[in-house]
Amino acid sequence: MDHPLAARLGSALVVVLGVCTLVFVLLHLVPGDPVDAMLGESARPADRTALRTALGLDRPLMEQYGRYLAGLARLDLGASFQDQRPVTAILAERLPATLILAAAALLLALLLAIPLGVLAARHRGGPIDGAAMGFSLLGIAMPNFWLGPLLILVFSLWLGWTPVSGFEGPASLVLPAVTLGTALAAILARMVRASVLEVLGEDYIRTARAKGLTEFAVLRRHALRNAWLPVLTLVGLQLGGLLGGAVITETVFAWPGIGSLLVEAIQSRDYPVVQGCVLLISVLYVLVNTLTDLAYARIDPRIRLG
Amino acid sequence: MHASTRASGWADPLRGLHWLVLALWALSALAGPWLPLAPDRIDLTRILDAPGAGAWLGTDDLGRSVLDRLLVGARTSFVVALGVVLISALLGTLIGAAAGAAGGWTDLVIVRIIDVFLAFPGILLAIALAGLLGPGLGNVVIALAAVGWVGYARLARAQVLSLRGRDHVLAARALGVGGPRILFRHLLPLALAPLLVEATFGVAAIVIAEAGLSFLGLGVQPPAASWGSMIRDGVAYMLVAPHLVLAPGLALMLVVLAVNLAGDRLRDRLDVRTG
Repeated sequence: MDHPLAARLGSALVVVLGVCTLVFVLLHLVPGDPVDAMLGESARPADRTALRTALGLDRPLMEQYGRYLAGLARLDLGASFQDQRPVTAILAERLPATLILAAAALLLALLLAIPLGVLAARHRGGPIDGAAMGFSLLGIAMPNFWLGPLLILVFSLWLGWTPVSGFEGPASLVLPAVTLGTALAAILARMVRASVLEVLGEDYIRTARAKGLTEFAVLRRHALRNAWLPVLTLVGLQLGGLLGGAVITETVFAWPGIGSLLVEAIQSRDYPVVQGCVLLISVLYVLVNTLTDLAYARIDPRIRLG
Repeated sequence: MHASTRASGWADPLRGLHWLVLALWALSALAGPWLPLAPDRIDLTRILDAPGAGAWLGTDDLGRSVLDRLLVGARTSFVVALGVVLISALLGTLIGAAAGAAGGWTDLVIVRIIDVFLAFPGILLAIALAGLLGPGLGNVVIALAAVGWVGYARLARAQVLSLRGRDHVLAARALGVGGPRILFRHLLPLALAPLLVEATFGVAAIVIAEAGLSFLGLGVQPPAASWGSMIRDGVAYMLVAPHLVLAPGLALMLVVLAVNLAGDRLRDRLDVRTG
Protein backbone atom coordinates (compact mmCIF):
# COMPACT_ATOMS: atom_id res chain seq x y z
CA MET A 1 0.00 0.00 0.00
CA ASP A 2 2.97 2.33 -0.10
CA HIS A 3 2.38 3.26 -3.72
CA PRO A 4 -0.06 6.20 -3.90
CA LEU A 5 -1.98 4.58 -6.73
CA ALA A 6 -2.43 1.41 -4.70
CA ALA A 7 -3.57 3.47 -1.72
CA ARG A 8 -6.16 5.28 -3.81
CA LEU A 9 -7.45 2.04 -5.32
CA GLY A 10 -7.44 0.47 -1.86
CA SER A 11 -9.64 3.18 -0.39
CA ALA A 12 -11.97 2.94 -3.40
CA LEU A 13 -12.25 -0.79 -2.72
CA VAL A 14 -13.14 -0.12 0.93
CA VAL A 15 -15.88 2.25 -0.19
CA VAL A 16 -17.22 -0.30 -2.69
CA LEU A 17 -17.33 -2.91 0.09
CA GLY A 18 -19.18 -0.38 2.26
CA VAL A 19 -21.63 0.29 -0.56
CA CYS A 20 -22.36 -3.43 -0.92
CA THR A 21 -22.85 -3.74 2.84
CA LEU A 22 -25.17 -0.76 3.00
CA VAL A 23 -27.31 -2.14 0.19
CA PHE A 24 -27.53 -5.48 2.03
CA VAL A 25 -28.46 -3.78 5.30
CA LEU A 26 -31.10 -1.63 3.63
CA LEU A 27 -32.73 -4.57 1.89
CA HIS A 28 -32.90 -6.51 5.14
CA LEU A 29 -33.96 -3.65 7.39
CA VAL A 30 -36.78 -2.49 5.20
CA PRO A 31 -40.17 -3.99 6.06
CA GLY A 32 -41.84 -6.06 3.39
CA ASP A 33 -40.98 -9.67 2.71
CA PRO A 34 -39.63 -10.73 -0.67
CA VAL A 35 -41.48 -14.00 -0.25
CA ASP A 36 -44.77 -12.07 0.00
CA ALA A 37 -43.74 -10.13 -3.08
CA MET A 38 -43.08 -13.31 -5.04
CA LEU A 39 -46.03 -15.44 -3.95
CA GLY A 40 -48.61 -12.82 -3.02
CA GLU A 41 -50.32 -12.39 0.34
CA SER A 42 -52.61 -15.39 -0.10
CA ALA A 43 -49.90 -18.04 -0.51
CA ARG A 44 -50.01 -21.21 1.61
CA PRO A 45 -47.65 -21.25 4.62
CA ALA A 46 -45.97 -24.43 3.38
CA ASP A 47 -45.10 -22.78 0.06
CA ARG A 48 -43.72 -19.78 1.90
CA THR A 49 -41.48 -21.92 4.07
CA ALA A 50 -40.25 -23.87 1.07
CA LEU A 51 -39.39 -20.75 -0.87
CA ARG A 52 -37.80 -19.20 2.20
CA THR A 53 -35.49 -22.18 2.50
CA ALA A 54 -34.77 -22.18 -1.21
CA LEU A 55 -33.72 -18.53 -1.08
CA GLY A 56 -31.68 -19.04 2.09
CA LEU A 57 -33.79 -16.47 3.96
CA ASP A 58 -34.15 -18.82 6.97
CA ARG A 59 -30.42 -18.66 7.67
CA PRO A 60 -28.80 -16.37 10.23
CA LEU A 61 -28.22 -12.85 8.95
CA MET A 62 -24.43 -13.12 9.06
CA GLU A 63 -24.51 -16.26 6.95
CA GLN A 64 -26.77 -14.55 4.42
CA TYR A 65 -24.33 -11.64 4.34
CA GLY A 66 -21.44 -14.04 3.75
CA ARG A 67 -23.28 -15.74 0.89
CA TYR A 68 -24.19 -12.34 -0.56
CA LEU A 69 -20.55 -11.18 -0.57
CA ALA A 70 -19.37 -14.49 -1.98
CA GLY A 71 -21.95 -14.12 -4.74
CA LEU A 72 -20.78 -10.60 -5.49
CA ALA A 73 -17.19 -11.80 -5.74
CA ARG A 74 -18.31 -14.27 -8.43
CA LEU A 75 -20.37 -11.47 -10.04
CA ASP A 76 -23.46 -13.47 -9.18
CA LEU A 77 -26.29 -11.09 -8.29
CA GLY A 78 -28.99 -13.72 -8.12
CA ALA A 79 -31.95 -14.16 -10.45
CA SER A 80 -34.87 -11.88 -11.16
CA PHE A 81 -38.12 -12.79 -9.37
CA GLN A 82 -39.99 -11.96 -12.56
CA ASP A 83 -38.46 -14.23 -15.17
CA GLN A 84 -35.71 -16.07 -13.26
CA ARG A 85 -33.01 -14.72 -15.57
CA PRO A 86 -29.66 -13.86 -13.96
CA VAL A 87 -29.58 -10.22 -12.82
CA THR A 88 -26.15 -9.69 -14.36
CA ALA A 89 -27.49 -10.63 -17.79
CA ILE A 90 -30.36 -8.15 -17.44
CA LEU A 91 -28.00 -5.41 -16.30
CA ALA A 92 -25.59 -6.08 -19.17
CA GLU A 93 -28.50 -5.74 -21.57
CA ARG A 94 -29.58 -2.39 -20.15
CA LEU A 95 -26.22 -0.79 -19.38
CA PRO A 96 -25.23 0.37 -22.92
CA ALA A 97 -28.33 2.57 -23.25
CA THR A 98 -27.55 4.33 -19.96
CA LEU A 99 -23.90 4.81 -20.89
CA ILE A 100 -24.83 6.29 -24.27
CA LEU A 101 -27.31 8.64 -22.63
CA ALA A 102 -24.89 9.72 -19.89
CA ALA A 103 -22.05 10.27 -22.37
CA ALA A 104 -24.25 12.33 -24.68
CA ALA A 105 -25.55 14.41 -21.77
CA LEU A 106 -22.04 14.99 -20.45
CA LEU A 107 -20.74 16.00 -23.87
CA LEU A 108 -23.64 18.38 -24.36
CA ALA A 109 -23.14 19.86 -20.90
CA LEU A 110 -19.46 20.53 -21.55
CA LEU A 111 -20.14 22.01 -24.99
CA LEU A 112 -22.66 24.38 -23.43
CA ALA A 113 -21.00 25.16 -20.13
CA ILE A 114 -17.44 25.97 -21.20
CA PRO A 115 -18.23 28.71 -23.76
CA LEU A 116 -20.99 30.09 -21.52
CA GLY A 117 -18.79 30.19 -18.44
CA VAL A 118 -15.79 31.69 -20.23
CA LEU A 119 -17.92 34.33 -21.97
CA ALA A 120 -19.66 35.21 -18.71
CA ALA A 121 -16.33 35.61 -16.93
CA ARG A 122 -14.85 37.64 -19.77
CA HIS A 123 -17.83 40.02 -19.80
CA ARG A 124 -18.38 40.00 -16.08
CA GLY A 125 -21.29 42.12 -14.94
CA GLY A 126 -22.52 42.75 -18.49
CA PRO A 127 -25.61 41.47 -20.27
CA ILE A 128 -23.83 38.32 -21.53
CA ASP A 129 -22.88 37.45 -17.97
CA GLY A 130 -26.44 38.13 -16.88
CA ALA A 131 -27.92 35.94 -19.59
CA ALA A 132 -25.49 33.10 -18.91
CA MET A 133 -26.08 33.13 -15.18
CA GLY A 134 -29.82 33.48 -15.73
CA PHE A 135 -29.69 30.32 -17.85
CA SER A 136 -27.70 28.68 -15.10
CA LEU A 137 -30.24 29.55 -12.39
CA LEU A 138 -33.12 28.34 -14.57
CA GLY A 139 -31.30 25.15 -15.53
CA ILE A 140 -30.76 24.28 -11.89
CA ALA A 141 -34.34 25.10 -10.91
CA MET A 142 -35.93 23.14 -13.77
CA PRO A 143 -36.36 19.51 -12.72
CA ASN A 144 -35.78 17.01 -15.53
CA PHE A 145 -39.20 15.41 -15.04
CA TRP A 146 -40.66 18.75 -16.11
CA LEU A 147 -38.14 19.77 -18.75
CA GLY A 148 -38.46 16.36 -20.42
CA PRO A 149 -42.24 16.51 -20.95
CA LEU A 150 -41.95 20.14 -22.11
CA LEU A 151 -39.37 19.18 -24.72
CA ILE A 152 -41.56 16.30 -25.87
CA LEU A 153 -44.50 18.69 -26.15
CA VAL A 154 -42.62 21.23 -28.26
CA PHE A 155 -40.26 19.14 -30.38
CA SER A 156 -42.11 15.85 -30.74
CA LEU A 157 -45.79 16.76 -30.59
CA TRP A 158 -45.90 20.30 -31.98
CA LEU A 159 -42.94 20.35 -34.35
CA GLY A 160 -42.67 16.62 -34.97
CA TRP A 161 -38.88 16.72 -35.22
CA THR A 162 -38.03 13.91 -32.81
CA PRO A 163 -39.59 10.64 -31.65
CA VAL A 164 -41.67 10.93 -28.48
CA SER A 165 -39.81 8.21 -26.64
CA GLY A 166 -37.98 4.93 -26.93
CA PHE A 167 -34.63 3.97 -28.34
CA GLU A 168 -34.67 4.16 -32.12
CA GLY A 169 -31.72 5.75 -33.80
CA PRO A 170 -29.78 8.90 -33.03
CA ALA A 171 -32.82 11.21 -33.21
CA SER A 172 -34.35 9.58 -30.16
CA LEU A 173 -31.22 10.39 -28.17
CA VAL A 174 -31.53 14.16 -28.62
CA LEU A 175 -34.31 15.03 -26.18
CA PRO A 176 -33.18 12.73 -23.32
CA ALA A 177 -29.63 14.03 -23.62
CA VAL A 178 -30.81 17.66 -23.56
CA THR A 179 -33.05 16.92 -20.58
CA LEU A 180 -30.30 15.23 -18.62
CA GLY A 181 -27.49 17.55 -19.75
CA THR A 182 -29.14 20.90 -19.06
CA ALA A 183 -28.94 20.77 -15.27
CA LEU A 184 -25.32 19.67 -15.44
CA ALA A 185 -24.52 22.42 -17.96
CA ALA A 186 -26.09 24.95 -15.60
CA ILE A 187 -23.96 23.89 -12.64
CA LEU A 188 -20.79 23.59 -14.72
CA ALA A 189 -21.26 27.01 -16.37
CA ARG A 190 -21.31 28.59 -12.92
CA MET A 191 -18.19 26.72 -11.93
CA VAL A 192 -16.32 27.52 -15.17
CA ARG A 193 -17.17 31.19 -14.76
CA ALA A 194 -15.96 31.36 -11.16
CA SER A 195 -12.84 29.38 -11.99
CA VAL A 196 -11.94 31.53 -15.02
CA LEU A 197 -12.59 34.72 -13.04
CA GLU A 198 -10.12 33.56 -10.44
CA VAL A 199 -7.48 32.74 -13.04
CA LEU A 200 -7.97 36.01 -14.94
CA GLY A 201 -6.56 37.89 -11.97
CA GLU A 202 -3.24 36.04 -12.14
CA ASP A 203 0.06 37.58 -13.15
CA TYR A 204 0.62 35.23 -16.08
CA ILE A 205 -2.59 36.46 -17.68
CA ARG A 206 -1.33 40.02 -17.43
CA THR A 207 1.96 38.86 -18.94
CA ALA A 208 0.19 37.07 -21.77
CA ARG A 209 -1.83 40.17 -22.53
CA ALA A 210 1.23 42.42 -22.21
CA LYS A 211 3.12 40.44 -24.81
CA GLY A 212 0.33 41.14 -27.23
CA LEU A 213 -1.56 37.84 -27.47
CA THR A 214 -5.07 38.04 -28.81
CA GLU A 215 -7.80 37.85 -26.20
CA PHE A 216 -8.91 34.49 -27.60
CA ALA A 217 -5.42 33.04 -27.20
CA VAL A 218 -5.20 34.39 -23.67
CA LEU A 219 -8.50 32.80 -22.75
CA ARG A 220 -7.94 29.49 -24.46
CA ARG A 221 -4.26 28.86 -23.88
CA HIS A 222 -3.70 30.52 -20.53
CA ALA A 223 -6.97 31.03 -18.69
CA LEU A 224 -9.00 27.96 -19.63
CA ARG A 225 -6.13 25.54 -19.31
CA ASN A 226 -5.62 26.54 -15.68
CA ALA A 227 -9.29 26.98 -14.86
CA TRP A 228 -9.98 23.47 -16.10
CA LEU A 229 -8.82 21.61 -12.99
CA PRO A 230 -11.49 22.54 -10.44
CA VAL A 231 -14.06 22.02 -13.18
CA LEU A 232 -12.78 18.49 -13.80
CA THR A 233 -13.29 17.58 -10.14
CA LEU A 234 -16.80 18.92 -10.26
CA VAL A 235 -17.54 16.94 -13.43
CA GLY A 236 -16.52 13.76 -11.58
CA LEU A 237 -18.70 14.61 -8.59
CA GLN A 238 -21.66 15.65 -10.72
CA LEU A 239 -21.59 12.39 -12.65
CA GLY A 240 -23.33 10.88 -9.64
CA GLY A 241 -26.11 13.37 -10.08
CA LEU A 242 -26.12 12.54 -13.78
CA LEU A 243 -26.51 8.81 -13.11
CA GLY A 244 -29.18 9.50 -10.50
CA GLY A 245 -30.97 11.92 -12.81
CA ALA A 246 -30.85 9.27 -15.51
CA VAL A 247 -33.36 7.25 -13.47
CA ILE A 248 -36.01 9.93 -13.91
CA THR A 249 -35.00 10.95 -17.44
CA GLU A 250 -35.08 7.36 -18.65
CA THR A 251 -38.54 6.93 -17.15
CA VAL A 252 -39.80 10.08 -18.88
CA PHE A 253 -38.57 8.94 -22.29
CA ALA A 254 -39.05 5.16 -21.85
CA TRP A 255 -35.30 4.89 -22.46
CA PRO A 256 -34.32 1.23 -21.96
CA GLY A 257 -31.45 1.80 -19.52
CA ILE A 258 -30.57 0.90 -15.94
CA GLY A 259 -32.65 3.77 -14.57
CA SER A 260 -35.95 2.69 -16.07
CA LEU A 261 -35.07 -0.89 -15.12
CA LEU A 262 -34.74 0.24 -11.49
CA VAL A 263 -38.15 1.91 -11.52
CA GLU A 264 -39.77 -1.14 -13.15
CA ALA A 265 -38.11 -3.44 -10.61
CA ILE A 266 -39.29 -1.28 -7.70
CA GLN A 267 -42.84 -1.36 -9.01
CA SER A 268 -42.82 -5.13 -9.30
CA ARG A 269 -40.91 -5.55 -5.99
CA ASP A 270 -38.18 -7.47 -7.81
CA TYR A 271 -35.57 -7.18 -5.01
CA PRO A 272 -32.58 -8.82 -6.75
CA VAL A 273 -32.93 -6.47 -9.73
CA VAL A 274 -33.35 -3.40 -7.47
CA GLN A 275 -30.23 -4.43 -5.61
CA GLY A 276 -28.31 -5.00 -8.85
CA CYS A 277 -29.23 -1.60 -10.29
CA VAL A 278 -28.29 0.28 -7.13
CA LEU A 279 -25.00 -1.61 -6.83
CA LEU A 280 -24.09 -1.11 -10.47
CA ILE A 281 -24.76 2.64 -10.51
CA SER A 282 -22.95 3.24 -7.21
CA VAL A 283 -19.92 1.19 -8.18
CA LEU A 284 -19.78 3.03 -11.52
CA TYR A 285 -19.87 6.29 -9.62
CA VAL A 286 -17.04 5.30 -7.27
CA LEU A 287 -15.04 4.13 -10.27
CA VAL A 288 -15.53 7.42 -12.13
CA ASN A 289 -14.54 9.46 -9.10
CA THR A 290 -11.41 7.39 -8.56
CA LEU A 291 -10.49 7.81 -12.22
CA THR A 292 -11.11 11.57 -11.95
CA ASP A 293 -8.71 11.77 -9.02
CA LEU A 294 -6.08 9.86 -10.95
CA ALA A 295 -6.58 11.97 -14.09
CA TYR A 296 -6.32 15.10 -11.99
CA ALA A 297 -2.88 14.07 -10.77
CA ARG A 298 -1.76 13.28 -14.31
CA ILE A 299 -2.94 16.58 -15.76
CA ASP A 300 -1.60 18.82 -13.00
CA PRO A 301 2.05 18.15 -12.25
CA ARG A 302 1.73 20.10 -9.00
CA ILE A 303 -0.50 17.42 -7.53
CA ARG A 304 0.88 14.18 -6.20
CA LEU A 305 -1.26 11.46 -4.79
CA GLY A 306 -0.64 10.11 -1.34
CA MET B 1 -16.62 32.03 -6.18
CA HIS B 2 -19.44 33.13 -3.92
CA ALA B 3 -18.70 36.82 -4.08
CA SER B 4 -18.27 36.62 -7.83
CA THR B 5 -21.63 34.99 -8.53
CA ARG B 6 -23.20 37.87 -6.70
CA ALA B 7 -21.42 40.39 -8.88
CA SER B 8 -23.61 39.62 -11.86
CA GLY B 9 -26.46 41.98 -11.25
CA TRP B 10 -29.00 40.44 -13.59
CA ALA B 11 -31.40 39.58 -10.81
CA ASP B 12 -31.45 43.10 -9.43
CA PRO B 13 -34.64 44.22 -11.15
CA LEU B 14 -36.19 41.10 -9.66
CA ARG B 15 -34.74 41.74 -6.23
CA GLY B 16 -37.26 40.92 -3.59
CA LEU B 17 -39.50 39.00 -5.95
CA HIS B 18 -38.23 35.72 -4.60
CA TRP B 19 -39.44 36.69 -1.15
CA LEU B 20 -42.91 37.10 -2.60
CA VAL B 21 -42.79 33.60 -4.10
CA LEU B 22 -41.55 32.14 -0.82
CA ALA B 23 -44.24 33.96 1.14
CA LEU B 24 -46.95 32.68 -1.22
CA TRP B 25 -45.58 29.16 -0.94
CA ALA B 26 -45.51 29.24 2.85
CA LEU B 27 -48.89 30.94 3.06
CA SER B 28 -50.67 28.42 0.83
CA ALA B 29 -49.02 25.61 2.76
CA LEU B 30 -49.92 26.92 6.20
CA ALA B 31 -53.32 28.39 5.40
CA GLY B 32 -54.33 25.50 3.14
CA PRO B 33 -56.54 23.68 5.64
CA TRP B 34 -58.62 26.82 6.22
CA LEU B 35 -59.07 27.73 2.58
CA PRO B 36 -62.27 26.63 0.82
CA LEU B 37 -60.43 24.17 -1.42
CA ALA B 38 -61.92 21.15 -3.11
CA PRO B 39 -58.90 19.41 -4.59
CA ASP B 40 -60.60 16.02 -4.77
CA ARG B 41 -64.03 17.06 -6.04
CA ILE B 42 -64.59 15.22 -9.29
CA ASP B 43 -66.72 17.01 -11.87
CA LEU B 44 -67.11 14.92 -14.99
CA THR B 45 -68.85 17.73 -16.86
CA ARG B 46 -65.68 19.82 -16.94
CA ILE B 47 -62.95 17.36 -17.79
CA LEU B 48 -59.71 18.97 -19.06
CA ASP B 49 -61.17 22.48 -19.18
CA ALA B 50 -58.66 25.11 -20.19
CA PRO B 51 -57.91 27.89 -17.71
CA GLY B 52 -60.81 30.31 -17.60
CA ALA B 53 -63.27 32.16 -15.42
CA GLY B 54 -64.69 29.04 -13.76
CA ALA B 55 -61.34 27.58 -12.79
CA TRP B 56 -58.35 29.93 -13.01
CA LEU B 57 -55.92 27.19 -13.87
CA GLY B 58 -58.37 24.88 -15.58
CA THR B 59 -59.35 21.37 -14.58
CA ASP B 60 -57.67 17.98 -14.86
CA ASP B 61 -58.74 14.67 -16.39
CA LEU B 62 -61.29 14.12 -13.61
CA GLY B 63 -62.57 17.69 -13.69
CA ARG B 64 -60.78 18.62 -10.49
CA SER B 65 -59.59 22.20 -10.06
CA VAL B 66 -55.90 22.48 -10.94
CA LEU B 67 -55.52 25.58 -8.79
CA ASP B 68 -56.89 23.82 -5.72
CA ARG B 69 -54.64 20.85 -6.31
CA LEU B 70 -51.70 23.19 -6.84
CA LEU B 71 -52.30 24.80 -3.44
CA VAL B 72 -52.61 21.42 -1.74
CA GLY B 73 -49.43 20.34 -3.54
CA ALA B 74 -47.70 23.41 -2.13
CA ARG B 75 -48.53 22.09 1.31
CA THR B 76 -47.12 18.66 0.47
CA SER B 77 -43.81 20.04 -0.77
CA PHE B 78 -43.55 22.55 2.08
CA VAL B 79 -44.18 19.99 4.80
CA VAL B 80 -41.80 17.45 3.27
CA ALA B 81 -39.05 20.02 2.62
CA LEU B 82 -39.23 21.47 6.10
CA GLY B 83 -39.50 18.09 7.79
CA VAL B 84 -36.65 16.50 5.86
CA VAL B 85 -34.31 19.48 6.21
CA LEU B 86 -34.99 19.81 9.94
CA ILE B 87 -34.48 16.11 10.63
CA SER B 88 -31.43 15.66 8.43
CA ALA B 89 -29.79 18.92 9.53
CA LEU B 90 -30.23 18.12 13.23
CA LEU B 91 -29.17 14.50 12.85
CA GLY B 92 -26.28 15.25 10.50
CA THR B 93 -24.95 18.13 12.56
CA LEU B 94 -25.02 16.08 15.73
CA ILE B 95 -23.28 13.11 14.13
CA GLY B 96 -20.70 15.19 12.28
CA ALA B 97 -19.93 17.50 15.18
CA ALA B 98 -19.66 14.58 17.58
CA ALA B 99 -17.23 12.85 15.21
CA GLY B 100 -15.11 15.97 14.85
CA ALA B 101 -15.08 16.64 18.56
CA ALA B 102 -14.41 13.05 19.61
CA GLY B 103 -11.65 12.26 17.12
CA GLY B 104 -9.91 8.89 17.17
CA TRP B 105 -11.77 5.71 16.28
CA THR B 106 -15.23 7.26 16.52
CA ASP B 107 -14.24 9.85 13.96
CA LEU B 108 -12.65 7.28 11.66
CA VAL B 109 -15.71 5.04 11.65
CA ILE B 110 -18.14 7.91 11.08
CA VAL B 111 -16.00 9.32 8.26
CA ARG B 112 -16.02 5.90 6.59
CA ILE B 113 -19.81 5.68 6.90
CA ILE B 114 -20.14 9.18 5.42
CA ASP B 115 -17.86 8.15 2.55
CA VAL B 116 -20.04 5.15 1.79
CA PHE B 117 -23.22 7.26 1.75
CA LEU B 118 -21.53 9.80 -0.48
CA ALA B 119 -20.64 7.00 -2.88
CA PHE B 120 -24.32 6.74 -3.81
CA PRO B 121 -25.83 9.29 -6.11
CA GLY B 122 -28.20 10.77 -3.48
CA ILE B 123 -31.45 10.62 -5.41
CA LEU B 124 -30.76 7.00 -6.40
CA LEU B 125 -30.61 5.86 -2.78
CA ALA B 126 -33.75 7.84 -1.99
CA ILE B 127 -35.59 6.29 -4.93
CA ALA B 128 -34.56 2.77 -3.92
CA LEU B 129 -35.41 3.39 -0.27
CA ALA B 130 -38.75 5.02 -1.00
CA GLY B 131 -39.55 2.15 -3.34
CA LEU B 132 -38.74 -0.48 -0.75
CA LEU B 133 -40.50 1.32 2.11
CA GLY B 134 -43.61 1.77 0.01
CA PRO B 135 -45.40 4.97 -0.93
CA GLY B 136 -46.66 7.57 1.53
CA LEU B 137 -45.68 10.95 2.88
CA GLY B 138 -43.96 9.57 5.99
CA ASN B 139 -41.84 7.16 3.98
CA VAL B 140 -40.81 9.94 1.60
CA VAL B 141 -39.57 11.94 4.57
CA ILE B 142 -37.69 8.92 5.95
CA ALA B 143 -36.09 8.10 2.59
CA LEU B 144 -34.96 11.66 1.92
CA ALA B 145 -33.70 12.24 5.47
CA ALA B 146 -31.78 8.95 5.41
CA VAL B 147 -29.87 10.32 2.43
CA GLY B 148 -29.85 14.00 3.43
CA TRP B 149 -28.05 13.89 6.79
CA VAL B 150 -24.69 13.12 5.17
CA GLY B 151 -24.03 16.58 3.75
CA TYR B 152 -24.66 18.26 7.10
CA ALA B 153 -22.53 15.71 8.93
CA ARG B 154 -19.58 16.33 6.64
CA LEU B 155 -19.93 20.10 6.94
CA ALA B 156 -20.40 20.10 10.73
CA ARG B 157 -17.38 17.84 11.17
CA ALA B 158 -15.19 20.09 9.02
CA GLN B 159 -16.38 23.14 10.93
CA VAL B 160 -15.72 21.59 14.32
CA LEU B 161 -12.27 20.44 13.23
CA SER B 162 -11.33 23.94 12.08
CA LEU B 163 -12.73 25.57 15.21
CA ARG B 164 -11.39 23.06 17.72
CA GLY B 165 -8.05 24.82 18.12
CA ARG B 166 -9.48 28.31 18.64
CA ASP B 167 -8.36 30.14 21.77
CA HIS B 168 -11.75 30.31 23.43
CA VAL B 169 -12.19 26.56 23.05
CA LEU B 170 -8.75 25.88 24.51
CA ALA B 171 -9.51 28.29 27.34
CA ALA B 172 -12.81 26.58 28.08
CA ARG B 173 -11.08 23.20 28.06
CA ALA B 174 -8.35 24.50 30.38
CA LEU B 175 -11.06 25.69 32.74
CA GLY B 176 -12.35 22.13 32.90
CA VAL B 177 -15.49 22.49 30.79
CA GLY B 178 -16.80 19.09 29.70
CA GLY B 179 -16.90 17.80 26.11
CA PRO B 180 -20.63 18.09 25.38
CA ARG B 181 -20.76 21.58 26.85
CA ILE B 182 -17.83 22.71 24.71
CA LEU B 183 -19.55 21.22 21.66
CA PHE B 184 -22.89 22.93 22.24
CA ARG B 185 -21.79 26.21 23.80
CA HIS B 186 -18.46 26.95 22.14
CA LEU B 187 -18.25 25.07 18.84
CA LEU B 188 -21.72 24.71 17.31
CA PRO B 189 -22.81 28.37 17.60
CA LEU B 190 -19.82 29.32 15.45
CA ALA B 191 -20.53 26.55 12.95
CA LEU B 192 -24.14 27.61 12.53
CA ALA B 193 -23.79 30.07 9.62
CA PRO B 194 -22.54 27.64 6.96
CA LEU B 195 -25.00 24.99 8.15
CA LEU B 196 -27.83 27.47 7.75
CA VAL B 197 -26.77 28.23 4.18
CA GLU B 198 -26.51 24.51 3.43
CA ALA B 199 -29.99 23.97 4.88
CA THR B 200 -31.44 26.72 2.68
CA PHE B 201 -30.10 25.11 -0.49
CA GLY B 202 -31.21 21.81 1.02
CA VAL B 203 -34.84 23.00 0.96
CA ALA B 204 -34.61 23.53 -2.81
CA ALA B 205 -33.05 20.11 -3.33
CA ILE B 206 -35.73 18.38 -1.23
CA VAL B 207 -38.56 20.18 -3.04
CA ILE B 208 -37.23 18.77 -6.33
CA ALA B 209 -36.55 15.35 -4.80
CA GLU B 210 -40.05 15.04 -3.30
CA ALA B 211 -41.62 16.00 -6.62
CA GLY B 212 -39.28 13.54 -8.36
CA LEU B 213 -40.34 10.66 -6.09
CA SER B 214 -43.99 11.57 -6.56
CA PHE B 215 -43.41 11.75 -10.32
CA LEU B 216 -42.13 8.18 -10.21
CA GLY B 217 -45.21 7.17 -8.22
CA LEU B 218 -43.20 6.64 -5.02
CA GLY B 219 -44.48 9.70 -3.15
CA VAL B 220 -47.91 10.68 -1.92
CA GLN B 221 -50.70 8.45 -3.15
CA PRO B 222 -53.85 9.52 -4.98
CA PRO B 223 -56.02 11.37 -4.42
CA ALA B 224 -53.50 13.41 -2.38
CA ALA B 225 -51.76 16.02 -4.53
CA SER B 226 -48.09 16.69 -5.08
CA TRP B 227 -46.62 18.82 -7.84
CA GLY B 228 -44.65 15.79 -8.99
CA SER B 229 -47.68 13.51 -9.24
CA MET B 230 -49.63 16.29 -10.98
CA ILE B 231 -46.94 16.44 -13.68
CA ARG B 232 -46.96 12.66 -13.95
CA ASP B 233 -50.73 12.52 -14.39
CA GLY B 234 -50.70 15.47 -16.76
CA VAL B 235 -48.16 14.04 -19.19
CA ALA B 236 -50.77 11.71 -20.72
CA TYR B 237 -52.97 14.68 -21.66
CA MET B 238 -50.17 17.02 -22.68
CA LEU B 239 -51.36 17.59 -26.24
CA VAL B 240 -54.96 18.48 -25.36
CA ALA B 241 -54.41 20.10 -21.95
CA PRO B 242 -50.84 21.38 -21.55
CA HIS B 243 -51.86 23.40 -18.48
CA LEU B 244 -51.88 20.17 -16.46
CA VAL B 245 -48.09 19.94 -16.87
CA LEU B 246 -47.30 23.65 -17.14
CA ALA B 247 -48.95 24.82 -13.92
CA PRO B 248 -47.31 22.47 -11.38
CA GLY B 249 -43.96 22.64 -13.20
CA LEU B 250 -43.97 26.42 -13.15
CA ALA B 251 -44.87 26.47 -9.46
CA LEU B 252 -42.08 24.01 -8.76
CA MET B 253 -39.53 26.00 -10.75
CA LEU B 254 -40.48 29.31 -9.16
CA VAL B 255 -40.19 27.92 -5.64
CA VAL B 256 -36.84 26.28 -6.34
CA LEU B 257 -35.57 29.45 -8.02
CA ALA B 258 -36.75 31.58 -5.09
CA VAL B 259 -35.18 29.31 -2.48
CA ASN B 260 -31.88 29.26 -4.37
CA LEU B 261 -31.85 33.05 -4.69
CA ALA B 262 -32.60 33.38 -0.98
CA GLY B 263 -29.75 30.96 -0.32
CA ASP B 264 -27.37 33.06 -2.46
CA ARG B 265 -28.32 36.20 -0.56
CA LEU B 266 -27.98 34.47 2.79
CA ARG B 267 -24.57 33.09 1.86
CA ASP B 268 -23.30 36.48 0.74
CA ARG B 269 -24.53 38.10 3.91
CA LEU B 270 -23.16 35.47 6.27
CA ASP B 271 -19.83 35.26 4.41
CA VAL B 272 -19.35 38.96 4.95
CA ARG B 273 -19.92 38.64 8.64
CA THR B 274 -17.74 35.60 9.16
CA GLY B 275 -15.05 37.23 7.03
